[in-house]
Amino acid sequence: MKAKHQRLVLALVALAAIIGAGLLAASALKDEAAYFYAPADVKTKGVEPGRAIRLGGMVVKGSLRRAADGVTIRFNVTDGKATVPATFSGIAPDLFKEGSGVVAEGAFDRQGIFVATNLLAKHDERYMPRELEGMQYNEATHEMKVEK
Amino acid sequence: MIAEFGLAALWLAAALALLQLFLACVGLKGGKAELLDAVRPAAVGQGLLTAAAFAALISLFLRSDMSVLLVAMNSHSAKPWLYKFAGSWGNHEGSMLLWVTVMGVAGAAVAMFERALRRDTHMATLGAQAAISLGFYAFLLFSSNPFARIDPPPPDGQGLNPLLQDPGLAFHPPTLYLGYVGLSVAFSFAVGALLTRTVDAAFARAMRPWVLAAWVLLTLGITAGSYWAYYELGWGGWWFWDPVENASLMPWLAATALLHSVTVLATRDGLRAWTIMLAVVAFSMSMVGTFLVRSGILTSVHAFAVDPERGSFILVLLAIYIGGALALFGWRIGSVREGAPFELVSRETLLVVNNLLLSVILGIVLIGTLYPLMTEAFGHKVSVGAPYFDRIAGPIALALMVAMAAGPVTRWRRDRAGAVAKRLSVPAAVALLAAAAIGIFAWGRIGLLPYLGLTIAIAVGVASLAPLWKRKLLRTPLFTWGMVIAHLGCAVSLGGMACDSAFTVEKLVAARPGETIRTAGWTLRFVQIRPVAGDNWTGIQADMAVDRGGAPVLMRPQSRFFTSPPTTTSEAALLTRWNGQLYVVLGEEVEGGRWQLRIWWKPFVTLIWLGGALIALGGALALVGRERRGWLMKWRARTVAA
Repeated sequence: MKAKHQRLVLALVALAAIIGAGLLAASALKDEAAYFYAPADVKTKGVEPGRAIRLGGMVVKGSLRRAADGVTIRFNVTDGKATVPATFSGIAPDLFKEGSGVVAEGAFDRQGIFVATNLLAKHDERYMPRELEGMQYNEATHEMKVEK
Repeated sequence: MIAEFGLAALWLAAALALLQLFLACVGLKGGKAELLDAVRPAAVGQGLLTAAAFAALISLFLRSDMSVLLVAMNSHSAKPWLYKFAGSWGNHEGSMLLWVTVMGVAGAAVAMFERALRRDTHMATLGAQAAISLGFYAFLLFSSNPFARIDPPPPDGQGLNPLLQDPGLAFHPPTLYLGYVGLSVAFSFAVGALLTRTVDAAFARAMRPWVLAAWVLLTLGITAGSYWAYYELGWGGWWFWDPVENASLMPWLAATALLHSVTVLATRDGLRAWTIMLAVVAFSMSMVGTFLVRSGILTSVHAFAVDPERGSFILVLLAIYIGGALALFGWRIGSVREGAPFELVSRETLLVVNNLLLSVILGIVLIGTLYPLMTEAFGHKVSVGAPYFDRIAGPIALALMVAMAAGPVTRWRRDRAGAVAKRLSVPAAVALLAAAAIGIFAWGRIGLLPYLGLTIAIAVGVASLAPLWKRKLLRTPLFTWGMVIAHLGCAVSLGGMACDSAFTVEKLVAARPGETIRTAGWTLRFVQIRPVAGDNWTGIQADMAVDRGGAPVLMRPQSRFFTSPPTTTSEAALLTRWNGQLYVVLGEEVEGGRWQLRIWWKPFVTLIWLGGALIALGGALALVGRERRGWLMKWRARTVAA
């Protein structure tokens, strides 16, 4: 093969690889675009059981219950429009509490309960999960505002 | 006084950078070649001045000088000295000063030690380095002055984020920065070579040690960061696909590709344009990483301050440097002659495959990291998480590992497919045996990706040793050893990752002191719970007597409360054995006087970081091997001449 042809072939292969990567990423992102759900999205769009998502919202006041085993908690997550029951086994982050924001990673089970494998709570005054920025919870009325 | 001294040193260094750029431009283009003699002293002076400024900042932190705003915001007089010291770069301004210092010192090193480059290319390289530095001096002096005073000074500082109060902070950021900024040298080399039209094998041989050094440090920095996240966050994971982690991974991927393509250029004079492109991309990724991490656009422990002005400043710098380099590339690349051609079955082809796969992974990580930011600009909040990266990048990384097994046993220029297959027959047989053995041992317990990962890790581990086959080990050149060890490190690390995701056993309990917990062959006796205190924190500690049939060992997971700033952190207790790690985290107290405990047994998880260390060691050996050969040849030439 002549040097000139080879350079052309290499450039084309590289181009094809980059385009391939882009397409692959785009097709995967189309699924992942729906990775983050607020409770209202769950109600309107529906999420099939077992699919890994992030659920974000506020922990409803008075909904937090601890199971007898001492490591499982149940709570409700709301975005002001809808409420979803959730459960988590593990050590909850320190700033995870009622009336506070949470992003839960996990999947729904067949009964429609969100089984969280990981909880991301606001870490301190400075560090907050990105998805929770702009959410405000009214303590008195239990209403939530979401600025988008 | 110290603060003013630091600031003055910084201004002087910026002035020297401007002078250096001016001298290089006029000297090369204006026909005043005598001006070039002053370029190297200017670069060395810059290195000394930035180092002095950084030393001034460290001294301010060590003395807890609260009249300096940065110290007051980020330090506290009651902190242990190590965290005062490391805290000087555990904040936005300090870390940017570290960046500039590394850049200045690297420029000085290029000025003093680079001997292989043609003189005009060398001068153009130093000019380019000065041009990049200028942008960062401007950033530091106009929008992130680390030496600003506060009047009146507060009685005491606000303290450092407790998550950062870890010995790892003394090591991880400087190493990573040395790697990040080391890539600026590769970038400057590429610009210098384009300007003086010297893209050839000799240029590649001159550039290679700098790329290798940056890559080794980047590898160490990432490995250390991963281990830090593993033990400090207490989540038992070692990689979270956090944008900040991706920001360090992307330059590493580009640098790894560059390292291999620069070898093709140095050995076979091929892939000229591509190598230059990669050098530009690698440093661009460093800058993208800095932008993501330091602009406050992401929320993480690494994002120190949310300040849109700073974000836009870095974005502008990014646009100028990357845009400028790409424009130069487009303008000059036509004049770079084609390199030497090669046959389809050759090491060059496999290195091209390596480069393509690395670029594809890089593209996927880049898209996944930037996508949420782009959609947010259009008003949608989207997060891209581990499932995306694992599912897309994982299989490609495995394909890359397979190519890695074939590359070193294939000859340069031309080889026969049959001969390559024959050389790979032992690793292939090992792969089949391993696949069968893992299948029998762990069927139904192991996912497809970990299964493939473990099989490929074992096969590639064997294949990586193939270049040593039938060689006299003591006479094998050091850089061949380096390649073998680095490739073995990849296999070792992959093996650790596969074992961790396939065989980790997790147990979650609420237990009273006095109870005994059994998991994965271990017996953990919960002896007692008691209060503990450190220099600037108080906490509670669980004493666990742990054994698996031998003498018990005490493990002490803690929950710590820091007062300034008020934060609780949990300190995991780790017990390392040859075949894995036991990992215990203490949670909160629940009713009935019970305490939450999360226990993991992670078989062979330590291989992940051992592999990372091997990769870095391999790189270091290759660097020493190449350089030593250069010195020896020069010494021989001198003695012959004498």
